Amino acid sequence: MTLRVRGLKVTFVGSGRPVPAVRGIDFEVSANQVLGIVGESGSGKSVTSLAISGLLAPGTQVQGSIELDGVELTTLGAEALRKTRGRDVGMVFQDPTTTLNPVLQIGRQVIEGQVAHGQVQAGQANQRAVELLREVDIPDPEGRVSQFPHQFSGGMRQRAVIAMAMSGHPKLIIADEPTTALDVTVQAQVLAVLAKRQADTGAAVILITHDLGVVAEVADQVAVMYGGRIVESGPVQAIFEHPRHPYTVGLLRSVPRLDTVDTRLVPIIGQPPTPTELPTGCAFHPRCPVGRNRLVCAGQDPALRAVGPSHSSACHFPEEVAPLMAAAEPKAAVGPRSPAPVEAPTTAPLLVVDQLQVYYPIKAGVLRRRVGWVRAVDGVNLAVHAGETLGLVGESGCGKTTTGRAIMGLVAKSGGHVLFDGQDITHLKGDGMRHVRRHMQYIFQDPYSSLNPVLTVGDIVAEPLRIHGLYDSLGGAKWVAQLFDMVGLSTTMMQRYPQEFSGGQRQRIGIARALALKPRLLILDEPVAALDVSIQAQVINLLQDLQRELSLAYLFIAHDLSVVRHISDRVAVMYLGRIVEESTKAELYKSPVHPYTQSLMSAVPVPDPGARATRQRILLEGDIPNPSSPPTGCHFHPRCFKATELCKRESPAFVAYPGSPTRVACHHAGPLP
Amino acid sequence: MSGRWLHTRQAAGRVLAHKGALLSLLYLALMIVTALLAPWILPFDALTQDYVNMLQAPGAVHWFGTDELGRDIFARVIFGARTSLLTAAGAVTIAGLIGVPIGLVAGFFGGWRDTLLMRFVDVLLSLPGILFAMALIAVLGRSQMAALVAVGITGIPSFARITRAQVLSLRKRDFVTAVEALGGSSSYNMFRTVLPNAWSPILVQVVILSSVAILIEASLAFLGVGIPPPTPSWGEMLRTGKSFLHDSPTYAVFPGLVLTFTILSLDTLGRTLAKVLEDRHEVVDSPGGKP
Repeated sequence: MTLRVRGLKVTFVGSGRPVPAVRGIDFEVSANQVLGIVGESGSGKSVTSLAISGLLAPGTQVQGSIELDGVELTTLGAEALRKTRGRDVGMVFQDPTTTLNPVLQIGRQVIEGQVAHGQVQAGQANQRAVELLREVDIPDPEGRVSQFPHQFSGGMRQRAVIAMAMSGHPKLIIADEPTTALDVTVQAQVLAVLAKRQADTGAAVILITHDLGVVAEVADQVAVMYGGRIVESGPVQAIFEHPRHPYTVGLLRSVPRLDTVDTRLVPIIGQPPTPTELPTGCAFHPRCPVGRNRLVCAGQDPALRAVGPSHSSACHFPEEVAPLMAAAEPKAAVGPRSPAPVEAPTTAPLLVVDQLQVYYPIKAGVLRRRVGWVRAVDGVNLAVHAGETLGLVGESGCGKTTTGRAIMGLVAKSGGHVLFDGQDITHLKGDGMRHVRRHMQYIFQDPYSSLNPVLTVGDIVAEPLRIHGLYDSLGGAKWVAQLFDMVGLSTTMMQRYPQEFSGGQRQRIGIARALALKPRLLILDEPVAALDVSIQAQVINLLQDLQRELSLAYLFIAHDLSVVRHISDRVAVMYLGRIVEESTKAELYKSPVHPYTQSLMSAVPVPDPGARATRQRILLEGDIPNPSSPPTGCHFHPRCFKATELCKRESPAFVAYPGSPTRVACHHAGPLP
Repeated sequence: MSGRWLHTRQAAGRVLAHKGALLSLLYLALMIVTALLAPWILPFDALTQDYVNMLQAPGAVHWFGTDELGRDIFARVIFGARTSLLTAAGAVTIAGLIGVPIGLVAGFFGGWRDTLLMRFVDVLLSLPGILFAMALIAVLGRSQMAALVAVGITGIPSFARITRAQVLSLRKRDFVTAVEALGGSSSYNMFRTVLPNAWSPILVQVVILSSVAILIEASLAFLGVGIPPPTPSWGEMLRTGKSFLHDSPTYAVFPGLVLTFTILSLDTLGRTLAKVLEDRHEVVDSPGGKP
């Protein structure tokens, strides 16, 4: 057994009451094994990893035992701990941008630990660094070894961090959300590298994540954390197929999946608890469908008990959990659900975007002369009909957010046209634009920064009415109260300030504000990306309900293919400033014809460990190129598995794909063999 | 307004938790109150001369002694506070009313407005405070107004720059973009959304400039170009007291001490405010959760 944790408790003692972040957890990881720790924010998963690596702030109380290969870490002195950490434990953190020191060469950083611990002679350091970079598939390692972090892309940085963590052949690797900051195609690469290096070194891995798909993809054992405790643990198959804790079931049911038919998401009600305000008894009982009204659940914190072979659950009523899951089984057998009407809309589209371009000048030199353009949006065509949802997906930097903001008139357009309800709004200014904005509203990604902190939330929702002078004509306070009601917030909260609300609640306030003027189109920029999984489902359901009730049109911008699939009627895929494929949801997800769409879909981790072996994987090479110097011809050709000479020379036109509602920009479009 | 009040009260509470800041605040409050009520509570007038009791040492009747014309030094110190406070208030008003809008417009719109306004501010910044004041006094003659306007003008750049820096970071925040997306006009956005979020460093600057203004006023008076006699001023008293160091060593001590304490208090208060308001921002901005 490599790592054995027994009765670990971590308490933050500050000026106020002691805050219990981890409340007694036990687990083990052996060599060659991957333990996935899953949980939402505040569940204590990151604190656990910091406790194991001895990186908690001084003054934090750590109780219990952490044993690495028979050595007790909790009682180790600072110097011995430092040595153990350097030799036996490797860490991979979430954000590779801040993990690497920007003023040190990559090679030196990768090898620094080994040199410091005397495992490598200074003379051989460079050679060893090159080897390490080669082992994590960094192209041209001899050239790259002397580069600085800013010359690396996000995915390459994370691979360099993995190289660094693996350099000393550690017995244990702790990866804390290692792919959360990365795009899905890059995430697939990084997970592959992590798995390969683990197989090479035989290390034990603790993978901490909120993404059930990633866990299903790489973990052998899973521990689900909630409120500072492990509520369920077991082999990955058992956890995903026969969960025995209501929280696990809740998580599985609240995540939209790429591989199932659309059933309405079943969110977990309420908010995840913070360590400062834990409910009594079982921390999950206020949100639990099983224990909500039971005295024993409110009074007694259940112990983690065996419910199957090496499968345990901390629930008073584990036998009542199975029926919950059954209710959520994908109803694949029912056959294709008669889908929301996707027949060719007869009316004119509400929003038409025609050859939209947004270029930013690159200025350089003393005279700030323009030396080039960043083509953030490079000829985008879109149409959104009344009452439908168009999903716009793409990886970071592809220009999807800029597209949304340009339509809204928040950034200047360099070319093309935007028509709203038949009216050309491309160059509208002042009053004209203000009038259009009444019917077209925007919802922001980050609910923490999109609400004015000095206004009460009641005033925030009323602000658009006041700006347009419609406060009285739309019903004033009564209408504002109605809006609060519509988004599921109590009107008693209207006098509070945004700081007093959680992320999900703030996003609801943002939605209420957007609805105040009774718009016809909402542009939603990653509206659920910043939220915990259980809260995501609540907001997605709310958006779907509102769309049905108010027949709103949505332009739903996101990077998450599963979420987009869940909410959209039609989907457009964007790559480097251009739409590469657009179709109805059913067609696009069933038979994508653009190689980029195909690889994107294959890269999305699916929360189904059973499918791990059978899934077809296309691993894309490299990263998204810099939009200031896009590749010639088809922008995708350097990463494309179908690319030919033609693709290098000529940019493909965006045309209809024969025999389907799909439009595609590819010389070699066609289904996967 | 409960939440807003809560925040203001919390910030105030944290300022008062610092002992230095609490003492400074008490001292300043005492000074302001006595200066305001001076004509009604003081037994002596600052201008009444008494040729019998000249250059007296501190005693039961004249707490701080008397000056070369037999005037009560305690009364003159208190009335001197009025001069200092008025200069500070006037200078801050001028600097704030001109500097804050400049920074607001420059930061909000950017582009040529930014370049134009900030170059103007750079020109002002190149004026050395005391020299500029003396030049202005040379033109306008010795008066409180001249000193006040001079300090006010030299204070414009700091207000403009601080406001601009604050606006630049707020401009990128989604809630400012949100108002734009809602259809709010630029002036609505600037004054109703951006400015109320930018006040905290401006408040700190108010305290700091007050201290600078009081010091410059005292320096001018000490150089003999400040507010004309017989109006009492701390700098003026220091200057005259200097000539009687031998006959009445305590003459210059009291105005000097009061001046020192005032500057010290303002600086302590400014520093504590800056620290507390910065912490408050960290608390407000973080999504919370992880300790």
